[in-house]
Amino acid sequence: MLEIRNLEARVAGKDILRGIDLTVKAGEVHAIMGPNGSGKSTLAQVLAGRDTYQVTGGTVTYNGHDLLALSPEDRAREGVFLAFQYPVEIPGVGNTYFLRSAVNQIHKHRGEPEVDAVDFLALVRDKMKLLELDESLMTRSVNEGFSGGEKKRNEIFQMAVLEPKLCILDETDSGLDIDALKIVANGVNKLRSKDRAIIVVTHYQRLLNYIVPDFVHVLSAGRIVKSGDKTLAMELEKDGYAGILEEAAEGVGSR
Amino acid sequence: MSWPTWLTEIRAGAQSRFDAAGFPTPKLEDWRFTNVAPIARATFHASTNGVSHAAEFKHFFFDHAARFVFVNGHFVPSLSSSQGLPAGVYAGTIQAALRDPAQAKVVEKHLARHAEYKENWQSFVAQNTAQFEDGIFISIPNGVVVEEPISVCFIATGDATAAFARVLVVAGDNSQAAVVETYAGNAATFTNAVTEIVAGANAIVEHYKIQQENAAAFHIGQLTVQQQRDSNVHDHSVSLGGRLVRNDLHFILDGSGAEAQLNGLYITGGEQHVANHSRIDHAQPHCPNRELYKGILTGKSSAVFNGGIIVRQIAQKTDAKQSNKNLLLSDDATINTKPQLEIWADDVKCTHGATIGRLDDEQLFYLRARGIPEEDARGLLTFAFANELLGRMKAPEVRERLEKAVRAKLDSRLGTQDSAREGL
Ligand SMILES: Nc1ncnc2c1ncn2[C@@H]1O[C@H](COP(=O)(O)OP(=O)(O)O)[C@@H](O)[C@H]1O
Ligand SMILES: [Mg+2]
Repeated sequence: MLEIRNLEARVAGKDILRGIDLTVKAGEVHAIMGPNGSGKSTLAQVLAGRDTYQVTGGTVTYNGHDLLALSPEDRAREGVFLAFQYPVEIPGVGNTYFLRSAVNQIHKHRGEPEVDAVDFLALVRDKMKLLELDESLMTRSVNEGFSGGEKKRNEIFQMAVLEPKLCILDETDSGLDIDALKIVANGVNKLRSKDRAIIVVTHYQRLLNYIVPDFVHVLSAGRIVKSGDKTLAMELEKDGYAGILEEAAEGVGSR
Repeated sequence: MSWPTWLTEIRAGAQSRFDAAGFPTPKLEDWRFTNVAPIARATFHASTNGVSHAAEFKHFFFDHAARFVFVNGHFVPSLSSSQGLPAGVYAGTIQAALRDPAQAKVVEKHLARHAEYKENWQSFVAQNTAQFEDGIFISIPNGVVVEEPISVCFIATGDATAAFARVLVVAGDNSQAAVVETYAGNAATFTNAVTEIVAGANAIVEHYKIQQENAAAFHIGQLTVQQQRDSNVHDHSVSLGGRLVRNDLHFILDGSGAEAQLNGLYITGGEQHVANHSRIDHAQPHCPNRELYKGILTGKSSAVFNGGIIVRQIAQKTDAKQSNKNLLLSDDATINTKPQLEIWADDVKCTHGATIGRLDDEQLFYLRARGIPEEDARGLLTFAFANELLGRMKAPEVRERLEKAVRAKLDSRLGTQDSAREGL
């Protein structure tokens, strides 16, 4: 589904991604872990099409297309979804109007009819229940006045409504208490399917107890310095990043 | 029209004032950024024609039972109606009111007594006072609540026509009313409008001024609001049309507990110029006032916001908040924004702030990352910016009409299109 080859990106004149290689197949869950500032969000944002980040090298192929050539909206319509680390508040844009527009853009792209108000409401109700979100959030502006936890759950709620093919979760677990974490993980697990790929970016191993990944990658200074299965996350939990990074620096680690 | 002696004298005085002062020039501090030379240079004539065109502007009228239509300053009875007003409420032309002894007394007490014109920079008010031919007088007796808004539509037609609009609203103690002024037109007209509102003790007044004149039109307006104790006046000003527009607002909070809310929205494109100058005079203690003006500018248009707040020595516990926010959507658009605070009391809260910015990149990206096309996302965010002010309008029919008008103006890509002509 996704093939990233030697991807390089910079922001504000600084090289952040320095040659990322990653292959993600449908049905897989990949975890990307790494210390603060290692480039996790940069990778996520580059995949979603944020033009603040300048791609300076490499390729990204998504279902056979050159992903980097698509606008952010076209990526979304093709099924790429980024759950933002910091969802932005948009006062004056109603949550319902926003989400219905998003759904209909995606439907239009797939040549499906628009959802009518009744079906949309039913869909929203169902998914809000899954994420244990209060329905009153739908009458508010996008993310406005939401608590930190509500913002994160709202991202997964949107994901559940839009049913993307490639889900990228950028530190959705950060700042969540254990109850909220379980709700979010449950929401994500419900979306696991053989047609869908999920990339979970996280700083903490804890989330991976609930969303069990098929692969774990360690990102450091803009490169994937080590890959493995879920036991790599355990190792990280035990030894911290320092151990892994040292090992990688000694050349023992492999991609 | 033969005016009563008191008014003849006032008009003569105003005419000499105007003759002495002439049109303001950018040399006057208050007019630094607004050059009215195109008005001073041109010759505008009063016109009694155009009434036959009035029906073309029907889409600007509200369906309110009480509705008054003026063309080039002249009342058009066939398009107007004063049905459904509660007993005791007077709404009719100033000329008619002067012929009715009971109303004439109130008119004499207030007409041209509040809108000042002694300074040179106020010469447009002098001109209006000397030259208006008619106008609307609305009087709400003490304790009377008028549920539906009373709407007044001033239409200016024909190139080089000068149209004087005059409004006097006297809201008695404990009364409540909403008044909607709409300005529309089809040519390079010059409108000079003066509105005086007197809000009695504990009165609640909502006032709207919707300016949707032709893209070649000139519009100069003065709103003076005299507030007595515990009165509450909410003003909404929306400027969409016109080539050169200047609104002066003067609120006098003349009784403790009087509250004023000033909401303003201006959307400019092409080579439009819109200036809003407000002056809020806290003349008594304990008066809250909130002012929010927002502008969306594009093309080579320009706007001015000048927010004056005067807190007199006696006006302790004044609570004033002023904010001016601008969205600059092109490199060639310019905004001049300036607070002007004059505070003589020591126990007051007075804050002000101004922002000039573009659409927020993060918000844009968020919408696009959910599949919303860039153009739509920009439109959504721009409308949301304006909608904060529309959301404050209490009359649903006015709010809905303006939502459409604002969308249409934004959709016209804010270019030189005269979206006001379509009434949208
Ligand atoms: N918009 C930006 N402007 C300047 N520097 C940035 C920007 N975004 C990220 N960076 C820098 O890029 C590096 C990687 O950031 P980021 O991808 O957010 O890391 P992570 O998500 O792994 O914590 C950091 O050093 C950060 O300061
Ligand atoms: Mg990050």
